[in-house]
Formats: sequence, C-alpha cells, structure tokens
Amino acid sequence: MTTAATNDVMLPQPYSVRQVIKETSDTFTLTLESSNGAGGCRFHPGQFSMLWVFGVGELPISISGDAAERDRLTYTVRSVGHATQTLVSREVGQPVGVRGPFGTGWPVEAAEGRDVLVVAGGIGLAPLRPVIYEVLHNREKYGRLLVLYGARSPHDLLYRKELTSWARHHDTQVLVTVDYGGLSWRGHVGVVTTLFKYARLQPTRSLAFACGPEIMMRFVARELETHGFAQKNIYLSMERNMKCAVGFCGHCQYGPHFICKDGPIFSYDRMRPLLEKYEL
Amino acid sequence: METLERIIAEHPFFTGLESEYTTLLVGCASNVRFDRGVYVFKEGEEANAFYLIRAGKVALEIFPAQSKPIMVATLGEGEILGWSWLLPPYHWRLHAHAIEPTRAIALDGKCLRAKCEQNHDLGYEMLKRFAQIMSKRLEATLYQLLDVYAVGR
Repeated sequence: MTTAATNDVMLPQPYSVRQVIKETSDTFTLTLESSNGAGGCRFHPGQFSMLWVFGVGELPISISGDAAERDRLTYTVRSVGHATQTLVSREVGQPVGVRGPFGTGWPVEAAEGRDVLVVAGGIGLAPLRPVIYEVLHNREKYGRLLVLYGARSPHDLLYRKELTSWARHHDTQVLVTVDYGGLSWRGHVGVVTTLFKYARLQPTRSLAFACGPEIMMRFVARELETHGFAQKNIYLSMERNMKCAVGFCGHCQYGPHFICKDGPIFSYDRMRPLLEKYEL
Repeated sequence: METLERIIAEHPFFTGLESEYTTLLVGCASNVRFDRGVYVFKEGEEANAFYLIRAGKVALEIFPAQSKPIMVATLGEGEILGWSWLLPPYHWRLHAHAIEPTRAIALDGKCLRAKCEQNHDLGYEMLKRFAQIMSKRLEATLYQLLDVYAVGR
C-alpha cells in the first residue's frame, strides 16, 4: 500500500494548483503538483489526502485522478462550507498543503479476473474514478466493467464526457440515472438501485465497489445481496470526520474501526452490523 | 416466431409461473406499440390493463397544478408498467408517457380480474408478484424522497 512520502505524516508538503475544472455548479476538480519534489504523487485507488488550505483549515479529500499519472494528484471537491469554498477558489499556481495519501484503497488486485461493478451516488463517483481508470488501463486483467451512477439531477452529474467515453470501451456498461429529471432529460429517472435490473450482473464472479451517501450504500448493499452478491464481495467507502488521518486522534472512530487508518474502504460483511446501529 | 405464450413465459415477472396460468394470461394479452410522445395512460382514467415492456422507455409523470409535469421514474425493457388495474377503484394514479418508441405486451385488466375471481390460485400468484413490484417501487420512492445527494446529507 502506498503511504505518505515523508516520515512525518503530520507535516503537509507544499503543492500548487495546476488546473481547476468546474464540474457542476458547486463541484470542482483540482489538479495539484508538488512544489518542491518532496511530496509524492503515488497512490492506490480509494486513498485520500489531507488538504491544507493555509489559514483556513485541513480537509480529508479522496483522490479522484488516475494513479498512472505520477506527476500530479487530482481531487474532486464539493463546495459546501468555508474551507471547501476557499479550496475550490484557489487559482492556478496558488499553494495547497498535502498530507498523505492515507487509508486503505479499493481491493482492485482482488478483482483481477472478475467483473468489476462500480456503484456511485453523487460525488461518490470521485473516489471510484481511479478504479475505473485502473480497469480501463489494464483491460485484459479484468472481466466486464459495469458503472452504475446516480445523481440528484442531470445538472449534478460529474465527469459527463468521461461517462460517455467509458461506455464506448469494450466490455463496459455505463448506466446513469437521476432522482429528478427535467422534461428534456431522456435518460433514466429513479434511484441508483433501479439500475440493477438493466445491468448484466454476474454476482458470483464479481466484486462490487460502492461509494455515496451512507444511506445510499445501505440500500445498494442490500439490493446487491438480493441479487446474489456475497457480503464479502461488496466494498463500501465509509466517511466520518477526520483530523489526524493516522488513527491517533480518534475523531473518525466507527465502532472498533478508525475510518482513516482501517478504512475508508471496508467490506460489507464488516460494516453491516455497524451500519444498522442508530446514531453510530 | 415468438408467440405471446413464449414471451409471457420468459418474462422475468412471470418466472416460475405454471404453464396453465400462462395459458390463461395469453387469453388476455395483445401486442401494443406506442410512438415517442404518446401517453400510454393518464391519471384518473380507468385502469384496465398492465404492460410488460419489451423495448423502449416510459416515463411516469405527475402533473402539479399550474405547472409542468414532474418525471418521477422511468421504466424500460423487462419492466412492468401499471398496477392500478388490480385494486379498486381501478383508476390510474399517474401519467405514463412513452419517451422512446415502445413495444409492450398489454394484459387486459378486466379480463384478468375475471380470471382471478374464477381461479383464486391465479389471483394469489398475481398478487404475490405485484406485491413485489409495489414493494420495490415504494422503497425506491422512499429513498428518492430522502434526497440523499442534497448538501448536508
């Protein structure tokens, strides 16, 4: 597993903004590059970094870029508060501190030789995009790639051009749905679980990776079980408030687990008893 | 040549249905087509059919007063359209709007209700299968109402 490039995991490394892309009205993709070469750009799909917005605060953000691109780190950020608003307002060349990468990743190696089912909701597609890149770069290693993506409305869909281009790849099925479709929308309308009936699933020879709001992942995992997926073959990306990112502070404790260190990716058989606990 | 009997027997909704019941269903079935833009049914109209969608896409819509319709769900190939034919007062609760050219098997609700009254085993089979559809749609609606992608969720 890739870990932080320096020995001091609490020390942010200087990076600068290389590119900012507006994805939706409130979501932006930032590409960062190391300012002094000390910060590494290697990561495993599913890992996250702690991004320092100097003078404002630090944020845990999943890496949404291509792990094969070794000269940059890419993050997709939804602007929902002061720190994220400041982060997405950075201009090209401005500094951002980076700690990490941290956490476990998606078990993409375990998916070799099997179908890969990606189920994403909203901005949950961002931590899954590196998995999609990995499968598409190494097409011969994997079975079919199925991407099921749900968003609130057509205006909230991330990576629209890429969704179209991914669908053109061999043995790849991309299905998109929205909860609220306008009159001009001609795609699916309904929650992401309604896409399962259109997906060519082979539950016994697939791994499923899901990311989105926790309640969405509960619905997804339950639905996958009814389709014949074993709990151990379903992986979820969990989220709790994080501070240190290395399991010292306990902010992200979730039952017996630290989300930052033991996760954020967990198999559903480990998460199921906790997901159904009230106010955990 | 695909017969109606074979299409119905192979439809996922009727998986495992005994062949004698399939034969009864065929007596109430017909092939239908809807051009893009056509309404399959409208809210308030008598509900005297349901549809096994074979190809195309149908949007379920609600018309709020003095406003444009709201698309609440889409149904496509392999799905069942309509269950209001099964329960009194047999009126559609939504509009169904073909947003793509759509082919379907229509099952005559009046015909089927009569057969279910005569043969309660068939009626029980139909109720079990439609209860599954209703349960799935209810769950999907609850999940949609939660608006899980909204800021702060």
